[in-house]
Amino acid sequence: MTETPSIAPAPSRSGSETLAVRASGVDRAFGGVQALRDASFAARPGEIHALAGENGAGKSTLIKVLCGVIRADRGAVEIFGTEVTRVVGPAARRRLGVATAFQELSLLPDLTVAENLLLHDPPRGRLGLVRRGRLAPVAREVLRRYGVDDIDPRAAAADLSVAQRQVVELVRVLAGEPRVVILDEPTAALPDRQVEWLARHMRRLRDDGCCVVFTSHRWREIEALADRVTVFRNGTRVATRERLSEAEAVTLMSGRSFAGAYPTISARPTDESALRVSNLSGGRLRGVDLDLRRGEILGVGGLAGQGQRDLFLTLFGARRAEGGTIEVDGRAVTVRSPKDAIRAGVGIAYVPEDRKAEGLFPPLSIRDNIATATLSRRATAGFVNRSAERVAVASIVDQLRIGAGRSTSGAADTLSGGNQQKVVMARWLLTDARILLLFDVTRGVDAATKHDIYELVDTLAARGKAILYHSSETEEIAHLCHRVLVLREGRVAAELAGPVGDAERIVAASIKESQDA
Amino acid sequence: MREALRRVSLGYLVLAATAVAYLVVYSSRLGRFPTSFDYLSILNTTLPLVFVAIGQSLVVLTGGIDLSVGGIVSLCVAVTASTVSTSALWLVAVLALGAACGAVNGLIVAYGRIAPILTTLATLSVFTGLALRVLPVPGGSIPPQVRHVLTNPATPTGLIWLGLAVAGWLVLRRTRFGMRVYAIGSDEASARAVGVPAAAVKLKVYALAGLCAALAAVFYVSTTTSGDANAGAPFILTSIASVVVGGVAFTGGRGSALGAVAGAVALTLVIDILFFAGIDPLYQSLFQGLFLVVAVLLGTVAALAARRRRPA
Repeated sequence: MTETPSIAPAPSRSGSETLAVRASGVDRAFGGVQALRDASFAARPGEIHALAGENGAGKSTLIKVLCGVIRADRGAVEIFGTEVTRVVGPAARRRLGVATAFQELSLLPDLTVAENLLLHDPPRGRLGLVRRGRLAPVAREVLRRYGVDDIDPRAAAADLSVAQRQVVELVRVLAGEPRVVILDEPTAALPDRQVEWLARHMRRLRDDGCCVVFTSHRWREIEALADRVTVFRNGTRVATRERLSEAEAVTLMSGRSFAGAYPTISARPTDESALRVSNLSGGRLRGVDLDLRRGEILGVGGLAGQGQRDLFLTLFGARRAEGGTIEVDGRAVTVRSPKDAIRAGVGIAYVPEDRKAEGLFPPLSIRDNIATATLSRRATAGFVNRSAERVAVASIVDQLRIGAGRSTSGAADTLSGGNQQKVVMARWLLTDARILLLFDVTRGVDAATKHDIYELVDTLAARGKAILYHSSETEEIAHLCHRVLVLREGRVAAELAGPVGDAERIVAASIKESQDA
Repeated sequence: MREALRRVSLGYLVLAATAVAYLVVYSSRLGRFPTSFDYLSILNTTLPLVFVAIGQSLVVLTGGIDLSVGGIVSLCVAVTASTVSTSALWLVAVLALGAACGAVNGLIVAYGRIAPILTTLATLSVFTGLALRVLPVPGGSIPPQVRHVLTNPATPTGLIWLGLAVAGWLVLRRTRFGMRVYAIGSDEASARAVGVPAAAVKLKVYALAGLCAALAAVFYVSTTTSGDANAGAPFILTSIASVVVGGVAFTGGRGSALGAVAGAVALTLVIDILFFAGIDPLYQSLFQGLFLVVAVLLGTVAALAARRRRPA
């Protein structure tokens, strides 16, 4: 299929079909980074249109341009034939019927769920004053219309779980009776049950003639939902298709050919114990025992919320242990703070549920972000030796292929999500930590970067690092780990020899006992 | 929800504590309880600060700060005191002047995207300079008829104005504009993203703060019966202090102007307590500052304790 330079609404049926959304020749730069380059995009009313691409391909930027959060440096944007290129502000787009659910959730944390939902159209009494007492009942009605009855409309948005916030955000968008719906990674924070819920509503909107545009990193969802797919790479559109296989898509997105999802793990565990934990408790942990050896990738699996997060945070000293012992290299250690953990040779790469809230310092430079855990190592009398720092950072950046050769003095928040993740990992590699705690490091990361991270994990283990690995994608644990511990209710419920290969086995072990009981 | 209640109640708790302290100090000094005259004089001296504090809390609720309220009060005091007229029109003109000054702040902050603290620090100088130009030496007067309506020392008209100020806030809180003020303070980027016209709302907020400052100026002249081009200076810190003591979050989005009203009254009471306790007026600002620090510390400790009690 050859690409026409200007975006054509595909072989049009009626001759003069109105497009719901149309962007052409859009450029947009952030600082020195060209996020969109001559980008074009078109979606029709009554279709579900997926936007696919790696992290940093420009999807999120395009979405922000479409919904008016940022202005295009050049190019044209039309909504139902109305030129809106120069019109900035989501408020103006809202009047045209465009509603957007953002990846960084846009709920207002201090406002209640009801206030968030009814911000633009609160129930009003005589004199036009807001009837505050009616807010919650009206909001409850709206939520119920979308089959949501487990969220209290009087709760502050900040007190909801990430999944609940995502649901409220989606209801806010759906309830506005929009003509164009734009959903940026709507399923990233949703459990499976709610993904189906969302899919149902997306289809209903489409059938009502609404134009639905969404992005997702899960190919399964794109395949199941999208009528058409547009693939972005390096800030430009590379293809728009009605049918696309996963292999083709990965090739289009990455420019490389599809090399299988998981690498073969070459690292071999030694007999030397690196980390021994016995009877660890605190938070959700009810006495965890584990023995992690050098060169080993030890998986921690199980259903969500069985104490995995607490285990990692406790080992890193970010949570106080209430009981049990931790031995590093055969010596008992007390870990009261991350500082103690670093001194003992423990490093953690941890992706919090709320991305960017912990771990990264977005406005600081890439270099500062990487160097921050090892400052004292290159400092004399409190002054940091910047040239030594530059050398150390340059080698690690090269090793991890961070940011495709971009200068390390750029701000970390100009990097794509996958590259930000690599920056956090690079920080702990510099500490020469012998034990690495990797908690859900591939979350929200594109396929190619995931592959890079898998290879990196393997290389690190082969170099003798001991790695404790948790992922919310059980598949990963099944393929990467030498051994898998299944946590249930704060205890190790099962140990599986790896590579397990089949994620179903881990899932089965996760739920076995609770079915017996 | 509980958090919101707790924050608001800080202002009321502080007010209750200072009121008790006032009664104790007053009665032990003078051997009798305060009379209605005392209450009225407290009310009349506190009204200007109450108005400025309401305006300030609106600005702080959006996540901003307005240092220029001092300048606006000064300018409006100067204009009010130097205009000899009994017509109601001059009053409207002074209020319009205050709102216009506030609107200038709003334009710079909302459309010029300059940080509120910088913007209002600059305009504070500008407005104070203008006030000195209008009234180079303290003086001027106010027609007694006007004085009788606003702050008659014999009748509690002040109560009516206080009631109106509180009612005004309650109405504002129940408009879509009021909801948007909280939305912007909670997270401005998100508020913009969901289609809140943040710039327009902020412009109105600063204009309202200016209007409140002008109202304060009119009441100030009415109680002191003369003008001074530096009259507004003390209001900068005391209005911010009222807001903080009143439990409005400095990051915006949480709290209520009613708390700030309680804070303002408490702050005025502190001055009276110092007076009756026989402390040299030279130390007034020292004790006011201490009071502020202690009140805020107590609030923070209470917040920490509440968080600790809540399961993580």
